[in-house]
Amino acid sequence: MRDKLVYVLGAAAILLFVRNILAITGLPPEAQQGAIFKIIFFHVPMAMTAMLCSFVALVGSVMFLITRNFKYDAVAVAVTEVGLALLLGNLVTGSIWGRIIWGIWWTWDARLTSALVCWLLYAGYLMLRRAIEEPTQRATFAAVFSIFAFIDVPIVIFSIKWWRTQHPQPVFWGGGSFPPDWAQVFWLNVLAMILFGAVMCAVRLSQEEQQRELDSLRRMAHAF
Amino acid sequence: MSAVAIEGVWKFYGDYPALRDVRLEAEPGACLALIGRNGAGKTTLLRIVAGFSRPGRGKVKIFGTEPRETETRRRMGFIGHGISVYDELSAFENLTLFGKLYGLPDPRKSALEWLERTGLERVRNGLVREFSRGMRQRLAVARAFLHEPSLLLLDEPFTALDDRAIAVLQRLLREALAAGKTIVMSTHQLREALDLASHVALLSRGQVAFHGPRTPEMVADPGYVYARYGDSG
Amino acid sequence: MNFPRQVLVIAIKDLRAEIRTKEAINASFAFALVVLLLFSFAFDPEAETTREISGGLLWIVFAFAGTLVLNRSFARELPNDCLDALIAAPISGAALFLGKALANYVLVMAMEVVSLPVFCIFNNVGGPVSQKIWPILMVMALGTWGLTVIGTIFSALTVNIRLREVMLPMLTYPILVPALMAAMLLTKGLVLGQPLTGDSLTWLKMLIGFDLIYTAVSLALVEIVLVG
Repeated sequence: MRDKLVYVLGAAAILLFVRNILAITGLPPEAQQGAIFKIIFFHVPMAMTAMLCSFVALVGSVMFLITRNFKYDAVAVAVTEVGLALLLGNLVTGSIWGRIIWGIWWTWDARLTSALVCWLLYAGYLMLRRAIEEPTQRATFAAVFSIFAFIDVPIVIFSIKWWRTQHPQPVFWGGGSFPPDWAQVFWLNVLAMILFGAVMCAVRLSQEEQQRELDSLRRMAHAF
Repeated sequence: MSAVAIEGVWKFYGDYPALRDVRLEAEPGACLALIGRNGAGKTTLLRIVAGFSRPGRGKVKIFGTEPRETETRRRMGFIGHGISVYDELSAFENLTLFGKLYGLPDPRKSALEWLERTGLERVRNGLVREFSRGMRQRLAVARAFLHEPSLLLLDEPFTALDDRAIAVLQRLLREALAAGKTIVMSTHQLREALDLASHVALLSRGQVAFHGPRTPEMVADPGYVYARYGDSG
Repeated sequence: MNFPRQVLVIAIKDLRAEIRTKEAINASFAFALVVLLLFSFAFDPEAETTREISGGLLWIVFAFAGTLVLNRSFARELPNDCLDALIAAPISGAALFLGKALANYVLVMAMEVVSLPVFCIFNNVGGPVSQKIWPILMVMALGTWGLTVIGTIFSALTVNIRLREVMLPMLTYPILVPALMAAMLLTKGLVLGQPLTGDSLTWLKMLIGFDLIYTAVSLALVEIVLVG
């Protein structure tokens, strides 16, 4: 049942992406930035979905600490991994855009910096998990770390924004304008990205559960 | 009311149950010996009783209260695999430190008293790192008895000890039992343990395979419980 | 025994053990010196720009060298399974955490207070720093508390895991970014002779907020870290 649902949702995400890509290629180039501006159709939805992921990771972590049910731990690790992948996509697309518009791959712009710090934060979550052998302790410590990381996200974003507004910036974000009739395609692509993220999470979730089952079988084999 | 009541305790490592529905009781004044092979779950169970880790399911009651309650902890003494005293502090400093943490009325006096009872008064200002193995172990015993706990939890207490420390520990345990205190210990040294024990519980693969009073056969043949109730081996 | 006394007993225990061996504090100060030396190759200490970057440099030294102290904090309990005895003792996890944090705070501050004059001499900023010494010390006190709180709770989190020494900085520095940024900016402003007003005041509030939030979160979660 769950497998079928995942296939259906996955197919829906792909179809929606295809539809959106066709629509996006059909749009005229943006007035100031040209075709590269269209990267925003993927760049921003990735960031939005990644943020959603970090929130779900928080919920999963807190729920694990309350219930000690490993399902929630699996949810937390699945969404964190997918969120990290999406945030990486966000960083890469941002970087490509920067290369075309600013002429440089990277600048310590407020948004780039905060995205990078958040990425490192959640990469720490995965590193912490890898370093702990015992599953209960791993889940508990990872959940605690996830709470610390989530609280840090708004502080990081606000403080870096503040920091940048005090300094003259060599380059500024944006410059292009978003034609109103593009909004529909944009939001449809946000939906496609969230669907895609959800499907990826579901796949990782079942992998995580199988992994746990394997792990306990292996322990049982060693014990007896 | 039981001194220790273990009510259907499960402990999971991931999905793997290291303890499965363990139910045990120890009345006040009893001495319960937990026996079982390596990996049977003895240490895991003792650590749950001591409040060092939480059970996945089930409950532990110490004199009717939760193990993590402050008042409960005051009534428990624990000797684990390590000696749990600081190498950089002197014997006296170690004991006064724990005396203070346990809120004893006069930590220095209690410390001196227990140094004497474990035969360490001569070296009381020596740093633990300079102590011989046997002295360190006796200090560990003093640390666990310092606050006069009514429940003693001992994890393989005789394994690492030298002869003198074993003698000290056995004497103290006998005194404690005579004073109506409760002891739960896990052990491999069946002879030393069964000598003291009033009850025996055999853990096998995380389950209680046998639980009952100690009988004369057990002392005569320490392998008896294993042979009668244990799994092959 | 009441809560503040329990905190104090733990802190004094840690400090006494540290003073006997001096493992952490010596390593930390020596490391701070080495980093300061390396900076002199990386940047021209005579240049006017040194003042501009002094805040950043100083806090990089503090964060790097401080980690060595923090790494030892719970690792100190490992050799004889002493952590078991502390967890078994009838004190709350919060008291244990605050006591250890307090000891770490004293050690990290000691390292910083000794490193600061060395930094000033090496980088030729003694004049401006001595003019603003009290505000600079206040910023150090606040920034170091943030560093210590995060470092102590993560020291407890990483004490039993593989690659402990590497994991602690990898986990703490990203979380500390806002606090370090605030401390760097405030220190820089003070070295440049700017008063603590306007934007600086907002940063100061941010730093205090960071300290308060993470002290509260750590106190709330420490029991879970210690006993699961």
